[in-house]
Amino acid sequence: MTNTTAAPAVPDEDKEPRAPWLASRRNLERILPWLVVLGLFLVWEGGVRLFEVPRFVLPAPSVIFESMVRWQGPILSNAWQTLFTTVVGFGIAIVFGLIAGVLIGSSTLVYKGLYPVLIGFNSIPKVAVVPILVIWFGIGTIPAIITAFLISFFPILVNVATGIATVEPELRDVLRALGAKKRDMILKVGLPRAMPYFFASLKVAITLAFVGSIISETVASNRGIGHLMMVASSRFDVPLVFAGLLVTAVMGVMMYLVASVIEKRMTGWATRGMDGALTPSGG
Amino acid sequence: MTHFVELDNVTLRYGGEATGTVALRGATLRVGKGEFVAVVGPSGCGKSTLMKALAGLWPVNRGSVVVAGREVTRPVEIVGMAFQNATLLPWRTTIDNVMLPLEIVEPHRSQLRRKRAEYEAKARDLLKLVGLAGFEKKFPWELSGGMQQRASLCRALVHDPELLILDEPFGALDMFTREELWTVMQDLWMARTPTVILVTHDLREAVYLADRVHVMSARPGRMIHARDVPFPRRRALEDTYRPEFTAITQELREHISQARVAA
Repeated sequence: MTNTTAAPAVPDEDKEPRAPWLASRRNLERILPWLVVLGLFLVWEGGVRLFEVPRFVLPAPSVIFESMVRWQGPILSNAWQTLFTTVVGFGIAIVFGLIAGVLIGSSTLVYKGLYPVLIGFNSIPKVAVVPILVIWFGIGTIPAIITAFLISFFPILVNVATGIATVEPELRDVLRALGAKKRDMILKVGLPRAMPYFFASLKVAITLAFVGSIISETVASNRGIGHLMMVASSRFDVPLVFAGLLVTAVMGVMMYLVASVIEKRMTGWATRGMDGALTPSGG
Repeated sequence: MTHFVELDNVTLRYGGEATGTVALRGATLRVGKGEFVAVVGPSGCGKSTLMKALAGLWPVNRGSVVVAGREVTRPVEIVGMAFQNATLLPWRTTIDNVMLPLEIVEPHRSQLRRKRAEYEAKARDLLKLVGLAGFEKKFPWELSGGMQQRASLCRALVHDPELLILDEPFGALDMFTREELWTVMQDLWMARTPTVILVTHDLREAVYLADRVHVMSARPGRMIHARDVPFPRRRALEDTYRPEFTAITQELREHISQARVAA
């Protein structure tokens, strides 16, 4: 009855040498984004020089980098400010989004009562809220944090709620038949099940949080990349505006990478271990 | 004599008084302790609803459900369930899936921390019994459909439920795997003798496994026929092709087709 000896053990398969084209393809995949960025800059640079576009319309990348080096002090300190407000706002959004998502996803009553209100709230353009925040909290760090939070909590909440609300009915029956309390249901099934949704939403939310911070800094702040770009554009220092945009994009990509690395660590089961199977452990 | 499971004249309706669907009307079923009973019937006759009523997952509108001498008004904790889908949790390994009930049902829940090793050994034994030794640390998606269903059976049994409710647990499997699991199921039952109620649409399965087979009418469902299966245990798969055996399946089949015509 026990067919232990015949149990197929497959780990050895992984040790087989990979086809060389597979390795080179993987290298290509790794450097491809860099190549695309480099290509983009080259085309940009070439285009600007060829058509002699004035630098206050579209500066060439070389001019932007030059501006970056010249203003590196202010850029760094303002970028730090933006990163700080974004991460704090994003952190609050995670906590709030998780808690509200669990509540809304696990109770139809809360869902029915709160969801329409939240949708309405989310439809308000956040840039319109900033002046109100300024009246309440003054200009600077706090409105930026709150705007980053407001703009990024919604996707987190919706995703967590969806993950929890869509637990299979049969699974629910299995647990209820065991006498599981609502709390068991959420902790043992709802939350783990919602994790892939949650991490997917983080990747969206972190980029949104940057948008929120910078909107707020543009409207009402004397610090941050948004403020830097406002000042630069009022002086017609277009290269510096572009430098600010580039720095923001770099920070966005970095935070996105952090979110996706955490996602892979936490929810490998959701991709059925595909990543593990495709990525060789060594070499 | 009081039975372990007593379903008395049960009516169950989904939805409102006037517009709702009546799934069960006047259903009566009695099962003794340690018996293995199968329920068959035309499709959509309310077999699964009957199981929900038994487990206390859905309240009945009329009649009474008594399990182990207690009126069922909310989910019964001495029940283990397995369904057509294995419903294993994909983020847990096989053994952690099997041990899930121990994290929920008292008294195991409060003892789990102290007796972890003991419980784990128990789960391992169960997995070995269904032929899954060596797969404890695999994730459900690394197992075949048949293996997942075996693990699902282990999960239903790990907390030693007195009543095991099986809702077409072999329905989604291919013929060979299904027959293999019948023998596994029989062995599990003979080793632990829980009371088992098996819902199925496979008459050979019902007759092979059960001590008694009940036939349900078309919706709204009620019991219209009961047939004892006298063959001694442990039954062999070949037995299902013997004339006495096929005579019983034939008899049940006629009852079901009558039930469908009557609807």
